[in-house]
Amino acid sequence: MFDWKFAVNILPKILASLKITIVATFAGFFLALVLGLVLSILSKSRIKPVSRLTNGVVLFIRNTPLLVQLYFIFYVFPEYGLTLEPLSAGILGLGIHYSTYLSEVYRSGIENVPHGQWEAAKALNFTRMETWTKIILPQAIPPILPVLGNYLITMFKETPLLSAITLVEILQTAKIIGAGSFKYLEGFTIVGIIFFILSYPSSRLIKSLDVRLNKKF
Amino acid sequence: MITIKPIIRYNKITKAYGDLKVLKGIDFEIYPGEKVALIGPSGSGKTTLARLLMTLEEPSSGTIEVEGKLLWHEKINGKLVRAKEKHLHEMRKDIGMVFQHFYLFPHMTVLNNVMEAPITVLGMSKKEAKKQAELMIKKVGLIDKLNIYPVQLSGGQKQRVAIARALVMKPKIMLFDEPTSALDPELVGEVLDVIKEIAVEGNDTDMTMLLITHEMDFAREIADRIVFFDEGVIVEQGSPDELFDNPKTPRLQTFLSRFNS
Repeated sequence: MFDWKFAVNILPKILASLKITIVATFAGFFLALVLGLVLSILSKSRIKPVSRLTNGVVLFIRNTPLLVQLYFIFYVFPEYGLTLEPLSAGILGLGIHYSTYLSEVYRSGIENVPHGQWEAAKALNFTRMETWTKIILPQAIPPILPVLGNYLITMFKETPLLSAITLVEILQTAKIIGAGSFKYLEGFTIVGIIFFILSYPSSRLIKSLDVRLNKKF
Repeated sequence: MITIKPIIRYNKITKAYGDLKVLKGIDFEIYPGEKVALIGPSGSGKTTLARLLMTLEEPSSGTIEVEGKLLWHEKINGKLVRAKEKHLHEMRKDIGMVFQHFYLFPHMTVLNNVMEAPITVLGMSKKEAKKQAELMIKKVGLIDKLNIYPVQLSGGQKQRVAIARALVMKPKIMLFDEPTSALDPELVGEVLDVIKEIAVEGNDTDMTMLLITHEMDFAREIADRIVFFDEGVIVEQGSPDELFDNPKTPRLQTFLSRFNS
């Protein structure tokens, strides 16, 4: 039976570790946003070896499991002199893994900008960098914001994976509580509900954002 | 006698896409302040000629000179090599272009479309850029549309904004690539009027214009010289009266007869 009193007792403990989950999500996503943009621009480079190498890296990371990558960062990197805290390792792993997905999202946004926009920018003598920042990206990004938002939610729901590299986020907290009290139901239920409460309204928000953005131009 | 040097010189220019030869060895000069209209059938290579000059495409062989300087090449140790982006950037300063499909920036208002390049490219202050932009927008008759986004404009209005956007950069050479071909017939007039005003009044009086068009009456009205282009070569050229009233080649005669029916 569900022990309500016990649930109320452990709730503050789980909520306290929610901070770690949130930090891992946003820091990882920020890294993925920046790295993803860099990857998508590099993959469009006119220097062939650069674009090929970029595409190869993206392909490799996308086709290997996040968990394996996390293990590599946390357990293998120290052998080569890079030792990271669980949180930093988790942020790095999430950021790198998702950057390869986000680079695809950016790419679709960039390719939807008509070629004539590049030509008009060139005729006005914008440099390539100015063309990216003033003309192409401001058109490429608004339509993909909802997709980016959905990746943020997906990533949020993937953070329990970080418990595998000893990060004490909310799932790990619930597991520790369970191990100490032999009561798993309450803790895991609370974790599930927390994820739902945060994910669902966010996805609704993104949907309404989508409608508003697509009205603009 | 004073010899005037050409502002633009195409020297044995060819352009091919795979096996398709679009330009077959063009020698062609345009003089400062001259208004040249390029006419000819679709797919004859007219547009490519302008695109090479705007550095949107690279010639397959031959050279182009603008104001006596090589456009696509640099001389290093007496050898011609393909120019670096820095050189092209320098050369583009004097050239502006108006496209068939306008290519306005959809995420910017009319005012921002026109003032963005002066700020970003010329490094003009925001205040000065706004002043210049408004002047140009006024010139094309759209001062009441300053804060509107392109999606709310008609085709003719879009093209007029595109003209203002190019003019505000004060190019010495303006290229018009079929500026009215994408417009509904009832909107052609307003755009031609604007171009005519620039050509006649001469904006900065000595602006050189290369106009690619299918509007024969218009070409006759504003051009100093008409160049008839077909299948990648210049077939015939001369003053508007010469060319339209007294076409010498059968190809031009056939081409013109299609417009006089």
